[in-house]
Amino acid sequence: MRQILYLLQKEFIQIFRDKFLGKVIFIIPIVQILLLAPAITYEVKNLKLGIIDKDNSVTSRQLINEFSSSPFYTIVTQTYSENKVYELLENNKVDVILNISKGFSNELTESNSADIQVVINAINGSAAQIAAGYTSGVIMNFNKHILMKTFNVDMARLETININHRFWYNSLLDYYDYMVPGILVILVTSIGLLLAGLNLVKEKEMGTIEQINVSPIKKWQFITAKLIPFLLIGIVDLAIGLIFSKFVFGIHFNGSVLLLLLHTIVYLFAVLGLGLFVSSFASTQQQYLFSVFAIIMIYVLMSGIFTPFNSMPEWAKKVSYIINPSCYYVKVSRAIMLKGSGFNDLAVEFYAMAGLAVFYFSIAIARFSKTT
Amino acid sequence: MKRMMGFIMKEILHIVRDYRTIIIVFALPTIQILLFGLVVSMDIKNIHVGVMDNSKDDVTRAIVQKIAATERFKISEVLYSSEDIDRAFKEGNINCAIIFENNFARKLKNEKKAEIGLILDGSEPNTANLTANYTMSIVRKYQEENIPIDLKITQVKPQILMHYNPQLKSAYMFVPGVIALILLMICVLMTSVSITREKEFGSMEVLLVSPLRPIQIILGKVAPYLFLSIIDVVIILLMSYFIFDLPMKGSIVLLLLESCLFITLALSLGIFISTIATNMQQAMFISLIGLLMPSMILSGFMIPIENMPDIYHYISLIMPSRWFIVIIKNIMIKGAGFWAVQVETYVLLGMTIFFIALSAKRFKIRLD
Repeated sequence: MRQILYLLQKEFIQIFRDKFLGKVIFIIPIVQILLLAPAITYEVKNLKLGIIDKDNSVTSRQLINEFSSSPFYTIVTQTYSENKVYELLENNKVDVILNISKGFSNELTESNSADIQVVINAINGSAAQIAAGYTSGVIMNFNKHILMKTFNVDMARLETININHRFWYNSLLDYYDYMVPGILVILVTSIGLLLAGLNLVKEKEMGTIEQINVSPIKKWQFITAKLIPFLLIGIVDLAIGLIFSKFVFGIHFNGSVLLLLLHTIVYLFAVLGLGLFVSSFASTQQQYLFSVFAIIMIYVLMSGIFTPFNSMPEWAKKVSYIINPSCYYVKVSRAIMLKGSGFNDLAVEFYAMAGLAVFYFSIAIARFSKTT
Repeated sequence: MKRMMGFIMKEILHIVRDYRTIIIVFALPTIQILLFGLVVSMDIKNIHVGVMDNSKDDVTRAIVQKIAATERFKISEVLYSSEDIDRAFKEGNINCAIIFENNFARKLKNEKKAEIGLILDGSEPNTANLTANYTMSIVRKYQEENIPIDLKITQVKPQILMHYNPQLKSAYMFVPGVIALILLMICVLMTSVSITREKEFGSMEVLLVSPLRPIQIILGKVAPYLFLSIIDVVIILLMSYFIFDLPMKGSIVLLLLESCLFITLALSLGIFISTIATNMQQAMFISLIGLLMPSMILSGFMIPIENMPDIYHYISLIMPSRWFIVIIKNIMIKGAGFWAVQVETYVLLGMTIFFIALSAKRFKIRLD
């Protein structure tokens, strides 16, 4: 036991005497939470609208009015020339084109319905779909409010189903509240996976591991002493991230901090085990860095931090359930922070992460050896 | 010149013999492209719906049928109370809950008005937003289909055209981003680490006392990475063309030339970082935290810059990849020529000159 304490002391001194690393450890959460998280938003606002109004009638102007009074649109240009508007679309000066053809209002009076062309820049497919939704919404409103009055349809006979929709847990769809739990997952993952393993591989690359190998220190003592500092750093960084997001940006934290801490510790064990396993294959820090980078990338992308987990194909979800502790941790951190889920709600995720932690540690310890 | 070639050979051997690194250099772009192309997508595909039907009449059943028949939706729970809804959300089993009020069909018939409550899981805003859109349009369609024929409804119907990307493939967004990111990783991260490695192990001393001039040492160090990066660009382009049917509307020569410019910029950034860092770990963290992480988020790769808070528009201007991504998108997807991307090109050129000058000034022949 005393040996472990000495070793731990050595590790801590080593980490914090490296002035650069000692600082970086605490700068990472601040950079991520303060600088990067607020930038991540998929919100679509301020659509730049280009209008081609060849009809130029009372009705077409009323329609345009409906758009200009919507908070989602800024009318950039209104012209008769299609070329000009398409050129603006190409230069990203316009996101949506509303093309009202000649004879639009006549068609409407004669046949009761008229088409209107909406062209959307769809390079970003998901934003384009939201833009399409908004645009249809504005036109629907126009149909309801203006046309029905003007054309005197017998409103009383029309059956309407109203949809009253509400967003629970994050009623304003605040993306910061959504992203912070995700960013914290990336933070904890990079500390557990990158820093700890890097530290081990550095001993190998510099040759200092020989000194450990010839010492009476046991394998488990060495591993414990290597991993505990990073377990603690991971927890401290999580705390820093939470404190900053709470007090600087006022993020809503609805669940129990202790429950999040419990899940974090289990998750950290899983990634530390994996890092230890990978480090046994690498002989230089560069190799380790790039291998781990690839793993973090796969884990993060397949965890649902940036894209919806459920949208992945079935096989990918299964693979993720089997090898990827991050997919559980992302779900857990969002559920605890935003929805206030309790332990029972997330029991499956807890045991799955614990299972992965045991698995990764076993293969890592099996691979690790004091002999070269 | 001969000396120089010898040195470059040494560096190439150095890299090639480290087969693990080589594997990763080629595996990384492949994994990334496959992940983005086949696995993850921003599209909302499996929406789990919970239904709380307080009315259980023909109309509500027809609407539920219609939702269940839509490919994206899956009715996964029948709910009976609002506690039920809360539990289903907290366990993460449903994305949205649909609630039909009592006597739905009768109200619709007699009062001409009935209400559906739609509760969405706001903890995933994008999914919630799109789910609301989809659900509303299904109900709207149901209503349109059930309008009595004798009732005249005057309406404008939007015909929506998705320009540039009619099938809404996400490849259009990620391929340019992956190219930029991979180039940054190889050129900045690998170069800075490999130069600082020589410093940390003291072998830089050997190079500095050799007859090679500092400029030759640096060029020799970065030349192999230039080749590796170009190969990676070609791999990514081939994969996106053959696997994901991405168009190549503009000139491929122009695209490769622009890529070379960006690679040069990234290499000069790598050299610059190696003049600041004293050991490999420093080089890694400066590259990762100072450049790669911000580039991933602030370059318009996954998140459109236009939607970010204003201050990020300005911060994004100093991200080299932001400019490069615009260039790739314009050339590949829109078929733009040089004149359409000249501003971006000049910005990249300016940044390159700036960082080369800065590193030349900082590069020390003497050891401290």
